[in-house]
Order: sequence, then C-alpha cells, then structure tokens
Amino acid sequence: MNSLISVLIANEGEALTYETHSWLLPETAEIIYGGLASVLVIGALIKVAGPMIKKSLAARTERIQNELESARATKSAAEAEAARIRTALGDINGERSRLLAEADAQAASVIADGRARVATEMAETEAKAMADIAAASGRVQDELRAEIKRLSAIAIERVVAQSMDDKARQDLIEGFISKVGAAR
Amino acid sequence: MSTSTLDAYISSINTIASAEGVLAQVEAEFSAVVRAIDANESLRSKLTDELLPIAVRQSIVEQLLDGKGHRITAQSLALVIGAGHARDLRTISEKISAGVAAGQGRQVAEVRSAVALSEDQQSRLSAALAKATGSEVNLKVIVDPSVVGGIVATVGDKVIDGSVRHSLDQLKSRL
Repeated sequence: MNSLISVLIANEGEALTYETHSWLLPETAEIIYGGLASVLVIGALIKVAGPMIKKSLAARTERIQNELESARATKSAAEAEAARIRTALGDINGERSRLLAEADAQAASVIADGRARVATEMAETEAKAMADIAAASGRVQDELRAEIKRLSAIAIERVVAQSMDDKARQDLIEGFISKVGAAR
Repeated sequence: MSTSTLDAYISSINTIASAEGVLAQVEAEFSAVVRAIDANESLRSKLTDELLPIAVRQSIVEQLLDGKGHRITAQSLALVIGAGHARDLRTISEKISAGVAAGQGRQVAEVRSAVALSEDQQSRLSAALAKATGSEVNLKVIVDPSVVGGIVATVGDKVIDGSVRHSLDQLKSRL
C-alpha cells in the first residue's frame, strides 16, 4: 500500500522515486518481521485471552444450558399445570354435572314431596272442612230443632191456655175425680 | 231452724189449739195464711226480711188475717214470725195439718187446681182419694194458676198428677 502510495506520489512529484520489488508484496524482511510479530501477538492473545474467552464461552454455554434447563423446567411445570388445569377442568365439568344431576334429583324430590304434602294437606283440609260443615250442619239442625221445640211448646201452651175455658177446666177436674175414684 | 225447735213450736201450737178446742180451725187458718204468703213473693220477702222490725212483720200478718182469724192463729203466727222463723211457716203448717189429720186417722191431701173446687167437687175428690189411697183424707185445696187445668193431688209421698201442666211438660219432653 505504502509502495503504491509512494509510486503515486513519485509520479505526481517526480522528485520522490521509490521502487519495491513487487507492487503487491512487501519486502521480505517486513514479511518476516511482520510474520513473527503477528505470531507473537497471536500467541500472546492465545495465551492470555484464550482461557478468558474459553471461560467466557463456557460460562455462556452454562448459562444458556441453565436457561434451557430452566425453560425446560418451566415448560414441564406449565405442561403439568396445564394437565392439572385440564384435569381440574374435567373434574369441574364432572362436578358440575354431578351437582346438576344432584340438584335435579333434589328438585324432583322436593317437588314430589311438595306435591305429596300439598295433596295430604288438601285431603286433610277437605276432610276438616267436611267435618266442620257436618258439625255446623248438625249444630244448626240441633239449634233449629231446639228452636222449633221451644216455639212449639210456647205455641201449644198458648193454644191450650186460650182454649182452657171454665167448661174445659171443670171437665178436667171431673175427669180427674172419676179417674182417681175408679183407680181402685 | 232445727227439727227439735220446729217440733217444739208445732207441739205448742197443737197443744194450745187443742186445749182451746179450735185445732181444726187454727190448722185451716194457718194453712190459708201460709198459702197466701206463698202466693205473694213480696209478702214473703217482707216477712223473712231480718232488717224489718218484728212488730212491722207481725202487723203485716194481722192485716192479712184482718181480724177474722182465731186469736190462737194470730198469736201462733205472731210467735213464729216474732222468733224470726217466717221461712219455716210452710213446714209448720204442713206438720200441724198432718198432726190434725193423723189425730183423726186421716192423711192430708194437698190438692192443686187452676180454679177453686166446689164443695161437691171437694167431697167427691176426698172420697176418690180415700178410695185410691185406702185412707181417709183431709183435703187442702190450693188454687194454683200454673196448673193450667186439671188437678195435682199429693197424699203423703204419693203424687197423682192429672194437670194440664203435667201433660204440657210431657209433651215438651217428647218434642
């Protein structure tokens, strides 16, 4: 490069004239020295930085491995949780079905009991009502009978008292005397 | 009043009336007064009223007799009422009547009728009752409108009920 630049500058100024043995390759000594220096630098780099890079890579590899393990564990846990959730979901569905069935059964039982109770109560109420009606009817009939008796007795007494004139009284007295006299 | 006290009063009245020879009259008058008292609730209340002075109660009986009764009757009634035994007048009268009848070998026949009986009816009724009971009877006629018609005769423990009231009561019970 430098040679090229020198050539270019020489061509421009004509005062500076420098010529290398190859337009591409440097001088042999430069190659040797440069090569040795490069070997030394690379060797030093390999000697000094190699373990560090290796350690760094190993650490990175371990970290990535850990992360992969962690991700695997997380995935397993997530899968386990998903399985548990699926199971739980299944259980919930089953429980829901069971509860619904149980609720249906209980509702049916309650309805059946309610119907039976209502039927019983209706029968009892009806029987009681019939008994009450019969009792009331009997009571009314008794009261009516008693009232009729009372009124009949009053009416009879009044009729008898009104029809009881002196002749009737005398006839009754004579009848009593005759009856008593004929008794023995 | 105890039975012994009652008997003492009856015995006294009987003895005095018998001694005076007016037992039958006293018995009849005593019975009449008692019937009059029984028939009048107000009169009975006054005679049995302990708060009314004895003299007032005795004067009521005197007014009832109106000077027509025998003095033994008046004094006997005054004695019983004055002693505060007006409630026992009926019992005393019944026992005097029974005593008189028993003395004559008879029984007392209490006859209740709605109307008064004529002498003839009383005579025939006495004969009929004597025939029915087998014993002569002294008739004590009580006019009782509640009988309505017919007669109720009580001789001792025997009751012969031929009253309209009895028939009405039987009819009521059958109803």
